[in-house]
Amino acid sequence: MLDIRGLRKTYQGSGRQVEAVRDLTFTVKAGELVCLVGPSGCGKTTLLKCMGGLLTPTSGEVLLDGVPVTGPPPGMAIVFQEYGRSLFPWMRVAANVELPLKEKGLPKAKRRELVTDALRSVGLPDAADAYPWQLSGGMQQRVAIARALAYEPQVLLMDEPFAAVDAQTRADLEDLVRVLWQERGITVLFVTHDIDEAVYLGERVIVLSASPTVVQDELHIDLPDERDQLHTRVSPRFTELRTHVYEQIQAAKRAARADASTSAAAPDGDGRPAG
Amino acid sequence: MRNANTLLGAAGLATFLALGEAVPRLGLVSADYFPPPSRIAGALGDELGDGAFWSALGDTLTGWVIGLAIASGAGILCGLLITAVPFLRQATSSTIEFLRPIPSVALIPLAVLLYGTELRSVLLLVVYASFWQVLVQVLYGVQDVDPVADETARSYGLGTWARVRHVMWPTALPYVMTGIRLAAAVALVLAITAELVIGAPGIGSLIAVAQASQAVPHMYALITVTGVLGLLINLGARAVERRALAWHQSVRGETVL
Repeated sequence: MLDIRGLRKTYQGSGRQVEAVRDLTFTVKAGELVCLVGPSGCGKTTLLKCMGGLLTPTSGEVLLDGVPVTGPPPGMAIVFQEYGRSLFPWMRVAANVELPLKEKGLPKAKRRELVTDALRSVGLPDAADAYPWQLSGGMQQRVAIARALAYEPQVLLMDEPFAAVDAQTRADLEDLVRVLWQERGITVLFVTHDIDEAVYLGERVIVLSASPTVVQDELHIDLPDERDQLHTRVSPRFTELRTHVYEQIQAAKRAARADASTSAAAPDGDGRPAG
Repeated sequence: MRNANTLLGAAGLATFLALGEAVPRLGLVSADYFPPPSRIAGALGDELGDGAFWSALGDTLTGWVIGLAIASGAGILCGLLITAVPFLRQATSSTIEFLRPIPSVALIPLAVLLYGTELRSVLLLVVYASFWQVLVQVLYGVQDVDPVADETARSYGLGTWARVRHVMWPTALPYVMTGIRLAAAVALVLAITAELVIGAPGIGSLIAVAQASQAVPHMYALITVTGVLGLLINLGARAVERRALAWHQSVRGETVL
């Protein structure tokens, strides 16, 4: 479904090159829920923008259903972390959800049906006439999710969507994502810096290294399909998995620090150990 | 609180009028040049009953509204165009900074040369003065587009035109409104100035006539009319702003459901 092959992205800074993503290759199968987790500043957002067709990679390619992504693909929707800025304050909730459908050229009746259905799915059937800023943060992110659902994407990209909401709301929203994924059978790629969240949500967790990013580790989450905040998070298997991911991230950070000190010690060469 | 403010404002105005009444009557200033408000009010009554006054008011407002409309339309269009074409922004920024500070009144000789005392010479001055107000605000406004909002729009397949319409324009709208409100005030100043100096028909030329014929209370009455006009224009512009920007944080009340 989603193929990332040898993705590399360097930014041209003032007189120097910054390598954000070095070499990423992974695949997300149709109907999978994959979590990408990595240390902060590891190029997650760069990767996501490349996948969403918002940034052009320096080399490598992103394939959606076998077709190279060159611009924002119609079969993909993104839920951003900053819901307050991603929703348009000048439009009511229903209009926010409807706008992408209008651009798709869907007839009015179909649009209305999709909007109502999406808002119901995220538990906000009565919010259609409110403005986003009249809603709480968690509700706003639900609206952003509804907008993505109504768009009927094959792949849903979520960029640290719950980083800015409180812990209780976050738990509810995590369960919402699991439910929507199970009900609708969409492919979900969920980017987060929260290890627990990644393990709790994902069928598979891809651990990224520190920037310049490569895939540090990849593991299958063999927790039961039915997960709940109370029991899943205290199960021994959950603890094992989160410990494993945590160790991998620590290893990634150590490697990055070692890397940085080697570079500093060898100002002439690029100083990076091979591999 | 609000009532108290209104009361205080009314008391201030009443004191001002009472002082204005007392000072010439006590002989502190000559009543010939500074007539008491009661005489000015009488003169204002004369004017309101005179058809010439109303047609002059109509002329002034015509010049104001046409000039403001042209300036706003042109300002918005040029602003969007300059933003859309990066090359134009580089090419125009220094020219704009050069042309903008030229006071519109400096163009009076040019207006007279070109159009004499016609409405068009009023329009030239009004448009020149208000155009920059709108243009500069539009240029600021379109730069304020939130990158997250724009990326959201792009990721949902909105093309350039759709993004201009649904993202850039609403973002710039508060700035545009401010620009138009400022331009409306400036346009009135220039309309009156043009009539006063060039002699184009309108309230301004009536003021000049009143002055030349020593009708001092009438002159003050007409000046008061221009002040009231300015006040009404500002109130009207603010009301439009509040309606159009009900969603904006400067207008909306923070209510959480």
